[in-house]
Amino acid sequence: MAEIKNYTINFGPQHPSAHGVLRLVLELDGEVVVRADPHIGLLHRGTEKLMETRTWIQSLPYMDRLDYTSMLVNEHPFVLAIERLLGIEVPIRAQYIRVMFAEITRILNHLLSIGTHALDVGAMAMVLYTFREREDIFDMLEAVSGARMHGAYFRPGGVYRDLPDSMPKYEINKFKNAQTVKELNAAREGSLLDFIEDFTSRFPVYCDEYETLLTDNRIWKQRLVGVGVVSPERALQLGFSGPMLRGSGVEWDLRKKQPYEVYDRLDFDIPVGVKGDSYDRYLVRMEEMRQANRIIRQCISWLRANPGPVITDNHKVAPPSREKMKGSMEELIHHFKLFSEGMHVPPGEVYVGTEHAKGEFGVYMISDGANKPYRVKLRSAAFQHLAAMDELAKGHMLADVVTLIGTIDVVFGDVDR
Amino acid sequence: MSAKLDRLCQNLRDVLGERIESLVVDRGEVALEVAAADYLAVATTLRDHPDLRFEQAMDLCGVDYASYGAVAFPEADQIGARRFAAVTQLLSLTHNWRLRLRVFATDNDFPVLDSLMDVWNGVNWFEREAFDLYGIMFSGHNDLRRILTDYGFIGHPFRKDFPIFGYVEMRYDPELRRVVYQPVTIEPRENTPRIVREENYGKVGDRG
Repeated sequence: MAEIKNYTINFGPQHPSAHGVLRLVLELDGEVVVRADPHIGLLHRGTEKLMETRTWIQSLPYMDRLDYTSMLVNEHPFVLAIERLLGIEVPIRAQYIRVMFAEITRILNHLLSIGTHALDVGAMAMVLYTFREREDIFDMLEAVSGARMHGAYFRPGGVYRDLPDSMPKYEINKFKNAQTVKELNAAREGSLLDFIEDFTSRFPVYCDEYETLLTDNRIWKQRLVGVGVVSPERALQLGFSGPMLRGSGVEWDLRKKQPYEVYDRLDFDIPVGVKGDSYDRYLVRMEEMRQANRIIRQCISWLRANPGPVITDNHKVAPPSREKMKGSMEELIHHFKLFSEGMHVPPGEVYVGTEHAKGEFGVYMISDGANKPYRVKLRSAAFQHLAAMDELAKGHMLADVVTLIGTIDVVFGDVDR
Repeated sequence: MSAKLDRLCQNLRDVLGERIESLVVDRGEVALEVAAADYLAVATTLRDHPDLRFEQAMDLCGVDYASYGAVAFPEADQIGARRFAAVTQLLSLTHNWRLRLRVFATDNDFPVLDSLMDVWNGVNWFEREAFDLYGIMFSGHNDLRRILTDYGFIGHPFRKDFPIFGYVEMRYDPELRRVVYQPVTIEPRENTPRIVREENYGKVGDRG
């Protein structure tokens, strides 16, 4: 009989279901994983080091490029950290807008996560449906910030500008006739808020569609149930957060437990899993999308009723309006100083953790009073979850590794920074 | 300061006593500093003591304090005795409070700290990262390899004396038909100079 040896393979970095540039060195005994050693850093851009050489505002767009599937929730802790260092107040309307867009991007993230996870384990159709909804969300981001993905919309002291009164519309061209354009523009006749409200009224139906496709799907359950079980004790030891922690049955959500912005005024529920396997985490993510939808609806009704400023009037932090700047010497100086030298942040250090779509996203900042941060540390949830890959994968089959990568919901911009 | 932070500080003083080097409450956050010798024991106490119960280590990172408050990297004799620190952000789910634990390595040339891997298994990759980027050694860590930089990378890129452009760049050599390293060809430049102003510049964040 031939001698049977362990076999080591490279999973990635060009593997389509490695979700980016993960090089996973797997030691196999037959088809069973004995050891999984993720090699990361192929997308390391030194974001934290770059931030030390940029002013506080110049560093903001880097945040979008970390987790490039959920952009605005990344910016959230960054601006919150600067605001806490500065000790400034943010207009309440800006807080509602930020929370609304944080929840919109949470849906954006979970749509990608569930869609591609299903694609990886063999349900090809899911990704087509979820990406259809992602298009609508990209249109919202484009309307409000001018960019489909990397918005740079949250600013220290508020948001860049107020919500627009009109939506960009489709135009007739050789591919789209008048009838098609009319249908496509039906929801875009009003303001951005009307468009978002229309989306939130359609979205629960979409969620039902996804559930029809997946929740009771035999193949989906065979691939997910019982794969990657994490006990609540291990989840805490391994530093899990977000859906990975809640999937294990620990009821912990920073939006509820340590509320920031206006989350304490909003009504929503925290889903938790029971078994702590991949299927429970999928269910948690599904329910989180529905809850995010609820939060967005509450924000819309508040924002409709309460107009007001969206960025602080402290011009040492936020620029004055263009109109004022052109008319007043003092405002011109403010504008010039802010965009050349940048703001000065009083010395000190803060750690702000927020509930990112993937888990706790933390920003630890040290300022020494300069116009640039002294040190920024970005704590991303996926980094911590991927570190547990070895423990999760041990004893599972090679094909389950794909399920695990999907359930961890890794995005490499976030892991490698 | 809220009553909750008061209680946390009181608990810390009661439990740790002499081992506290400094305990600062700033902007609603509690920062604790301990000596490198007490580090591991304090961490274990922080996790296990019923009045503290920090079940989770959310983050651990290295910090290089060499040029703190300065415009450029200081001369060798100007660097303070305490250059490298590891900062851990702890979270207690039971009491719902956070704590920042800082420890300075005693030797600037060869910074060594105890590894917290046995206290919180999750800090594994964070310590690898701090080792990779700052060159802080963690004794007791069972797998201290580089994590973010390239295979065979030389130096610790996040140290303040490491230039932002690095030392080497990569290109494809058509003759050797492989990727080669060569010294960087870009001129270093700084678009916005680093300026440290007097305190309370513009009265922003004046908590007077």
